[in-house]
Amino acid sequence: MGNFDRKIEKFIDVFLNQNGYVRVLEGLQNTLIIAVAGLIIGTLIGTLIASVRVMPKYKKLPKVLNSFCSFYVGLFRGTPIVVQLLVFYYVLLPLMGIKMTGVEVSVLVFGLNSGAYISEIMRAGIQSVDPGQMEAGRAVGLSFTTTMMKIVIPQAIKNILPTLGNEFIALVKETSVVSFVGAADLYVAFNLIGTNSYEFMVPYLVMAIIYVIIVLLISLGIKIMERSLRKSDRRN
Amino acid sequence: MIDVINLKKNFGELEVLKGIDLTVNKGDIIAVIGPSGSGKSTFLRCLNCMEDPTEGQIIFKGVDIADMSVDINIHRRHIGMVFQHFNLFNNKTVIENIMLAPVHVRCQDLKKEKRKKGVNKADLPTKKQIQEEARTQALDLLKRIGLEDKAEAYPSTLSGGQKQRVAIVRALAMNPDVILFDEPTSALDPEMVGEVLDLMKALAEEGMTMIVVTHEMGFAREVANRLLFMDDGVICESGEPKEFFANPKTLRAKDFLSKVL
Repeated sequence: MGNFDRKIEKFIDVFLNQNGYVRVLEGLQNTLIIAVAGLIIGTLIGTLIASVRVMPKYKKLPKVLNSFCSFYVGLFRGTPIVVQLLVFYYVLLPLMGIKMTGVEVSVLVFGLNSGAYISEIMRAGIQSVDPGQMEAGRAVGLSFTTTMMKIVIPQAIKNILPTLGNEFIALVKETSVVSFVGAADLYVAFNLIGTNSYEFMVPYLVMAIIYVIIVLLISLGIKIMERSLRKSDRRN
Repeated sequence: MIDVINLKKNFGELEVLKGIDLTVNKGDIIAVIGPSGSGKSTFLRCLNCMEDPTEGQIIFKGVDIADMSVDINIHRRHIGMVFQHFNLFNNKTVIENIMLAPVHVRCQDLKKEKRKKGVNKADLPTKKQIQEEARTQALDLLKRIGLEDKAEAYPSTLSGGQKQRVAIVRALAMNPDVILFDEPTSALDPEMVGEVLDLMKALAEEGMTMIVVTHEMGFAREVANRLLFMDDGVICESGEPKEFFANPKTLRAKDFLSKVL
């Protein structure tokens, strides 16, 4: 184990004395920004798409919107996230003449991507709410949108919270590919420490541990949220 | 108040309503009875366009609400509805259930008023005043049904009879011109049917216009001033309830009554 001790010493040296911790903190910050902002954008997009998909479809506009949403979901679920990052960063944005940093592009792409997945989760959630709730809302003269926002979606979110948590966890882990577009996340930070110390075993081990800790914290947070949302339930 | 003219409703190939005509006057208590599958619930649900009629007109206070181009939400404010399965908003407390719609529509109206030119903003109520007013009204309604201590409870903690009574006062909170009841006592335990029927009777005595799809023959006979017997998508018989129960004219009605009485 003498070998391993030396590796740890090397890691600590780079981590503390050569500003390694600054990079790790920056990386952690970027990872969390991309994941959290991605989740927020994704939830908004997902809720919107899911609402369109459950709209009554005897008018023309919902039909058009619905086929657009199907196309969107098909596109973003049908291509790997790395491909989406690369296409946005090297193809779409330059063509449109928009300049964005790696982190900004990542937030955008992860938001759009998770929106596609969350839309299906949300649709299942909306459909799990008794149709009578929508009927009761409409019967007192509330519009489809108002009933959706005030009655159906709050109940849907309560039902899908565990699955939404899953999506968030997946999102945190998937962000480890953002170095493809030059965003400095946790992986980039630890990779740099490895390169500087010519020693990769300990940095990558620590990186794995940090990911595990983040995910455990998220699970804990979801559990607390679930408990507080359950107050209108009988089973608590 | 409501004129139904040649109302038809198809679900795909299936013809559920085959041309219904009906005039509802203010203060009418109309009981709709008939075997299951006769289209009575569908008929009721067409009256506030929960189901869009395939053909025909529903003239409510001079406006054809079956016309798809009218804003149905405005008219639904004046048509209350009570469901078989109560359909209280599960994520809201009892008092929020009652206040939600009145507060929402009054705030919407307020927004419209503010946009008008020449309106003195000081004369308009604030959102807080609207809230307070609705809360007072909701508490009064809850007192009326003896559930003011349940104001902050969630629907899941109420009994069926309590839920249905809250659902009825939720409809009342909008000051509707007419209330539609879709089998309001069918999902209740027998011992809770009475409390709901009593509330409905009290409303009837106050002159509320009501259309009630029901299997409670006693209620239909005692409270209703008109009775419709539906079968196979048409109104087979209509008239005085006592007369109907004493000597039904059609064979179908005789057959039905022999089974339920």
